[in-house]
Amino acid sequence: MNQPSIQADIQAGVRADDGIEKGGLLLQVDNISLSFGGVKAISNISFDVKKGEIRAIIGPNGAGKTSMLNVINGFYHPQEGKITFRGKERISMRPHEAVGQGIARTFQNVALFKGMSTLDNIMTGRSELMKKNMFWQMLWHGPALSEEVEHRTRVEDIIDFLEIQHIRRTPVGNLPYGLQKRVELGRALAMEPSLLLLDEPMAGMNLEEKEDMSRFIIEVNQQFGTTIALIEHDMGVVMDLSDRIVVLDYGKKIADGAPEEVRNNQDVIDAYLGVPH
Amino acid sequence: MPSTGSNAGREPVTFPQYLLLNASRFADRVAMRHKDLGVWQSWTWAQQLEEVRAFSLGLQELGIGEGDKVAIVGSNRPRLYWAFCAAQALKAIPVPVYSDAVAEEMAYVLNHSGVQLAIVQDQEQVDKILSFSEEIPALKDVIYDEPRGLRDYDHSHLRDYSDVMALGQASLSADGQRAQQWADAINASDGQETSVFLYTSGTTGRSKGVILTAANSVKAARDTAHFDHLTVDDNVLAYLPLAWVGDHYLNYAQGYVSGLCMACPESADTVQNDLREIGPTFYFAPPRVFEGLLTNVMIRMEDASAIKKSMFHTFLAVAKKHGEAILEGRPVPFMGRVAYALGNFFVYGPLKDTLGFTNIRTAYTAGEAIGPDLFSFFRSLGINLKQLYGQTEAFLYVTAQKDGEIRADTVGKAAPDVVIRISEDGEVQFKSPGMFVGYYGDDEKTRETLTEDGFVKTGDAGIFDSHGDLKIIDRAKDVGKLTDGSLFAPKYIENKLKFFPNIREAVALGDGCEFCTVLLNIDLTAVGNWAERNNISYASYQELANLPQVLDMMMSHVEQVNRDLAGEELVAGSQIARFLVLHKELDADDGELTRTQKVRRSFIAERYAPLIEALYDGSTEKFVNTEVTYEDGRKGSISATVQIRDVKTNRPIKAHKEAAE
Repeated sequence: MNQPSIQADIQAGVRADDGIEKGGLLLQVDNISLSFGGVKAISNISFDVKKGEIRAIIGPNGAGKTSMLNVINGFYHPQEGKITFRGKERISMRPHEAVGQGIARTFQNVALFKGMSTLDNIMTGRSELMKKNMFWQMLWHGPALSEEVEHRTRVEDIIDFLEIQHIRRTPVGNLPYGLQKRVELGRALAMEPSLLLLDEPMAGMNLEEKEDMSRFIIEVNQQFGTTIALIEHDMGVVMDLSDRIVVLDYGKKIADGAPEEVRNNQDVIDAYLGVPH
Repeated sequence: MPSTGSNAGREPVTFPQYLLLNASRFADRVAMRHKDLGVWQSWTWAQQLEEVRAFSLGLQELGIGEGDKVAIVGSNRPRLYWAFCAAQALKAIPVPVYSDAVAEEMAYVLNHSGVQLAIVQDQEQVDKILSFSEEIPALKDVIYDEPRGLRDYDHSHLRDYSDVMALGQASLSADGQRAQQWADAINASDGQETSVFLYTSGTTGRSKGVILTAANSVKAARDTAHFDHLTVDDNVLAYLPLAWVGDHYLNYAQGYVSGLCMACPESADTVQNDLREIGPTFYFAPPRVFEGLLTNVMIRMEDASAIKKSMFHTFLAVAKKHGEAILEGRPVPFMGRVAYALGNFFVYGPLKDTLGFTNIRTAYTAGEAIGPDLFSFFRSLGINLKQLYGQTEAFLYVTAQKDGEIRADTVGKAAPDVVIRISEDGEVQFKSPGMFVGYYGDDEKTRETLTEDGFVKTGDAGIFDSHGDLKIIDRAKDVGKLTDGSLFAPKYIENKLKFFPNIREAVALGDGCEFCTVLLNIDLTAVGNWAERNNISYASYQELANLPQVLDMMMSHVEQVNRDLAGEELVAGSQIARFLVLHKELDADDGELTRTQKVRRSFIAERYAPLIEALYDGSTEKFVNTEVTYEDGRKGSISATVQIRDVKTNRPIKAHKEAAE
């Protein structure tokens, strides 16, 4: 049996070969501010994401975490500040352009195509990578077919990796929440991103599902070298998984550093536990 | 390619000899399939020989040789099956271990058998073995099949399966004689070497290593393959635990002697789907699998449209009336045949297709008693489901039902070349071709199990019925008496209870007591579905099990069983007086069930002593706190207030039985 290993296979296909060394700067956010009318969601925040790391963004509810992810993937445009991704300063960008740049994400509330099967959902992650035009796609046979087969092979690797073979043909709307989250991760992985954004990947999961998801996140990071930025509320998970953590509170950055530093930071403790006024 | 040396003129006496033979006589026939990355991969016998040979020579390079023990741990995967043959080719002894065993159990088996090398499936098993590697000094190397997650491990004693194969390949290309030497060594064997150690599931105490020799194993497998007409055209889905005698016998042993094609499922969760894609011709499942299938079918039919539902039930009635007669070739009225043919077109055919049973020629069930209704249901659909009775010590078969002589309450006549007798105290004893030679490292147990004239004591109480078929009643040592002297056969009562789809597990108690009581486990699927339909909300097994409506339902089942028991003279005295529904599901991880899902009664009696006391002291509820073990070995606890109910018993009179019916 001469199956190429998942590792080699996906590495070969990774478009993230951007010449940045592991540990080099992948994303830099400088003095970003974002407001919706009078509400200041993010004010004057700076941090960076290094290639190959797992970077967590944490903070109490309403701290501006999801807004931050939306800024990173280009869905929101900050009024002030600048974003540098893979050495290039970004001006303004539509989400689909963000995909082209190699950023994929999952959502706080699962955003899959409920009526489609797991397989088809993950295949949609490949659509940006399919090169044949609509004519060939409609004709189906010939080049479009061989392209489809090639992409299907990659998708099967991901299905195998995430251990979801048994739900390959099941419409995702019928799946339990934990599995839907896994399918969503699969779709994001199918895009072979150089930066993967995970918005609360473990929200609403039980212990076992959390353990599985943690394992997948670590493996994605270690085996494929994918850089990950994640938002998560489960502190145990965050402390175990992340290399570095940035803490937001009311749109401001209150701490940034390794898990131990953050854990012992008085501002962070106050923000989470509250302080007497 | 060097000649495969088919050992002409002599019947093979080891499985590696069969590998060589099959690679020449069935060279282009498919021997193995495995669904990987969504596609069925296949290997012919010739390719299988190459795979086994390369790995076997790799093992030899690692220093494995005659008499060395090699543990094999994992789910059903081609490489693990090849590992069996690769080890046997070197006269090393494969020791399969249940992959869901917790670290402690696994350590025991590995230590007891003294394995030098472990071949495992993935990171999970590697982790488990590494966690106790200090306790097994004999273990030198671990070989893994799936490298995922193992990249950063210390590889000083850890090897990738592919690397070991590459080692073998390298030695093949370096030395032109190597393949021939390997084949010659295999052909030189007289079959007297140990073929495999199979550890019993340990229904009573620690598991024991059953030693089986090659020639005996081959003989037994050849007998039954012939009995069921297995040929190279057959195919099976290997989904049973690799370490269980049933899987090793039905798939590996019968596969090698008959040349049939073995298919490995994609994962444990996809078995149902893979079954449908493969459409096996030979199938084995324990009764609980058939039970689960029937429950699922019935539940799903509840959701079907009115037309489909009525069609389903109409034709099911037809099948019930004529199905078994047609299967057994007994006379059936013409209109009955027409109705059955229509039913086959509209209902049975599609249903069998969905279940993956379309091509089944022979199906077996064993391990527990099967409910007569359940048994008839599958047979009436035209599936040739039969029962066998077997033991690890026999290398599976002791009895098997012959086509056309099928009765739900017996396990059939002696299998080919097997001699059975019932001892004076009612115990079933046998002598068979595949019989074990002893328990590894435990001569005392071996002596206890073998009689002086060489029969094996099964520990089961049984009788021959009027047709000469064997009927198993219970474990001999479990059969007891109530204080009033009436016979108490716990398993008999438990089985009657378990025939209700809503009851998953039952434990009957009463030996030496005034009356009989039972502990029940509800079936979460069936009862959960019922609850959903009746707008009863619940959050967990524990909550559902304690609902008054559920207890009422259990009450009605227990009363039904009592009515049945009242009609049977022998057991009428041991009707159930009180029962309770346990607050947790019985689980092998907690030691309550064996790995083959059999109830360990004495352990349960000890663990739930406060509950049992309450059953006998008349209380109506009892608070308990029970420790549970998770799969990774951590412990937690569950506490609950369990309710206890009294049940009406019936006077054991014949007239009463008729009135009740």
